[in-house]
Amino acid sequence: MALETRALGVSIRGKEILHNVSICFPGNKRTAIIGPNGAGKSTLLRILAGLEHNYEGKVLLDGQELCGIGRKALSRRLAILPQGMTAPADITVERLVDYGRFPYRSWLHSSNGKADREAVECALRETGLRHFRDRQVAELSGGERQRAWIAMALAQQPEILLLDEPTTYLDIAHQLEVMQILTKLNRDYQMTVIMVLHDINHALQYADELVILKNHGIFAQGTPEKILTVDMVASVFGVKADIFLNSRGKAVLSPVSIVPGKKHEMIV
Amino acid sequence: MIGTISQDRGTKTLKRQICILVIFAVLACVGFIMSIMKGSVPIPVAEIGQAVMGNNAGMHEQIIMNIRLPRTIVAALVGINLALSGAVLQAVMKNPLADPHIIGISSGAGLMGIMVMLVFPEHEYFVAPAAFLGAMGAAICIYFLAWKNGIRPIRIILAGVAVSAFLGAGISALLIFYSDRVHGALMWMVGGLAARSWPHVNIIYPYTLVGGLLTMLGARHLNVLQLGDEVAKGLGLRVELTRIIMTAVAAMLAASAVSVVGLLGFVGLIVPHAARLIIGTDYRCLLPATALLGAAVVTLSDTFARTVFAPTELPVGIFMAVLGAPFFLFLLRREL
Repeated sequence: MALETRALGVSIRGKEILHNVSICFPGNKRTAIIGPNGAGKSTLLRILAGLEHNYEGKVLLDGQELCGIGRKALSRRLAILPQGMTAPADITVERLVDYGRFPYRSWLHSSNGKADREAVECALRETGLRHFRDRQVAELSGGERQRAWIAMALAQQPEILLLDEPTTYLDIAHQLEVMQILTKLNRDYQMTVIMVLHDINHALQYADELVILKNHGIFAQGTPEKILTVDMVASVFGVKADIFLNSRGKAVLSPVSIVPGKKHEMIV
Repeated sequence: MIGTISQDRGTKTLKRQICILVIFAVLACVGFIMSIMKGSVPIPVAEIGQAVMGNNAGMHEQIIMNIRLPRTIVAALVGINLALSGAVLQAVMKNPLADPHIIGISSGAGLMGIMVMLVFPEHEYFVAPAAFLGAMGAAICIYFLAWKNGIRPIRIILAGVAVSAFLGAGISALLIFYSDRVHGALMWMVGGLAARSWPHVNIIYPYTLVGGLLTMLGARHLNVLQLGDEVAKGLGLRVELTRIIMTAVAAMLAASAVSVVGLLGFVGLIVPHAARLIIGTDYRCLLPATALLGAAVVTLSDTFARTVFAPTELPVGIFMAVLGAPFFLFLLRREL
C-alpha cells in the first residue's frame, strides 16, 4: 500500500506552494514530514488525503490516480486528521468515533450493525478510551480529545493514516501517548502512518522515514540515521544544533543558535 | 465524579431524547386542538372529532371544516417548514445566526409579494406565487454571487446581507410610493394567518412532505458537516454537493411558507435554537424535534393571537416575537 506523487506542483493564487515533488511513501511505515514553516508540508498532506484537487502532476494510491477514486471509497482506505478540529459541544466520544463509520454508509443504508460496532469498539480500545465513551468530547483534556479524534479515524479502518501536527498544544506525556498509539497501530495493523511533525525529536524517535521539505520541494528523504546531520539542520532550518544519542540509541537534536545569514534566506 | 455516572449515559441520553420528542409531539397536538377549539365560537373537543370523521352535520361543522381546521393546518405546516429550514441552514452555514433571511427568502418574497399587493392590487390572488418566485429568485441570485470555486458559508452570508439590503430598498420605496395602500402590505410583512384556508394548505403541504423527507434523509450528512469541512471531506462527505442540495431544500421549505403567510420571522431562527438547547445537536433527533416545536409554537401563538384581544386579531408574527424572544433568552441564560 504505497502512496506516491509524480511531478506534483501546486500554486495558490499565483503563489507557488509545491514544485515538482516526486516522492513515494512506502507502505507499512511511519513517515514524518518535516521542514520550516511555509515549506508546503500541510498542503502536501492535504493533497495526499484528496482534500485538494487543484494541482499539476499525479498522486497515486497503489498505482491508481487519487482523483479517480470515489470520495467515500477513498475514505475507507485513507483517513486524515487535519489541524484545529472542533466538535459540537454536546457530542460524546462514542458518537464522534461512530462518525468514522460514515464512509461505510449510504443515504438509505444507515447502519452496518455488527461491523460498525466492532470497528468502534476496536478504535476505542486501541486509543484507551473505552471508559470515556459516554463523556462529552468538549469536557476531555487536550490529550484525551486528540485520542478521540484518532479513534474516529481508526473507525474508518484505513490502510493509511495521515495526521497534521497531531501533538500540537499537548504536554510532553500526552505527546508521547499519541506517538505511541501511532507506533502500535503501525506495528499491530501494518497501518501506514504519514504525519507532519513540527518537533524534530519526535520525528527522529518515532518515524521510520523522514521526508524533509524546503523551498516548495523535497530536500531529502530517508531514514533518520542516514539523513540527519548537523549540516542538514543548518541548511534546512537555519539552526546550528548538536546531535546526541539518547539512552535508547536514538538521535536527539538540541538547537544551539540561529546560523547567521541563514534566517534571511529561509524567508525568501 | 463524571466518570462514575458516565457508564449508562449513552442509554440515558437516548431515553431523554425520546422523552423530549414525545413532549414536543404532545405540545404540537395540544396546539393543534386548542387552535381548533378556541375562537369567537368555542367548540368542544368531542365535536372536533365528529366533524373530522364526517359523521356529524352539526352547526359547528362548517366552522371547523372551512375555517379553523385549514387555518390550523396552515399554521402547523408553516411552523414545520420555517423551523426545518432554519435548522438546516444553521448546519449548512455553520453559523448560529443563519435563518431563511440569510439566503434572501424574506427580502425576495417581500419585494415581489408587496409589489403585487401595492402595484397590482386587482391581482391579489397572485401574491403567493409571486412571493414564492421572488424568494427562490433571491436565493438563486445569492447562490451565484457567492459561488467561486465552490460555496463558502461566509460568502453566502455576506452576499445574502447585500442582496437583502438591495431588495429591502425596493420594499421601502414601494411602501413610500404607495403609502395610501400600505395597510395590507404591513400585515403581510409581519406575517399572519387570517383567512388562510384549504387553497393555502394545498400550496404548502407538498413542500412540507418532500422537504421534510429530504432533510431527514440528510440528517447524518448534516451531522458530519458540523465537524468542519476538512474532517467531513476526510470522512467521505461530498461537502459542496451536500451544501448545495440542503440549501436548496431549505430555500423551498421557507419560500413555500413565506409565500402563504408573509414574512414570519422568528420561527426559522429561534425555534431550531430552542430545540437544540433542549435536545442537543444530533440532527437525527434535532430535525423532528424542530419540526414538532415549530408546529406547536405557530399553532399555539396563532390561537392566542386570535383570542387574547378578541375581537381584534393580532398578526401571529407580533405575538410570537413578543412571547418567544424572552423565552428564548431564558433558555439561553440557563444553558450557557
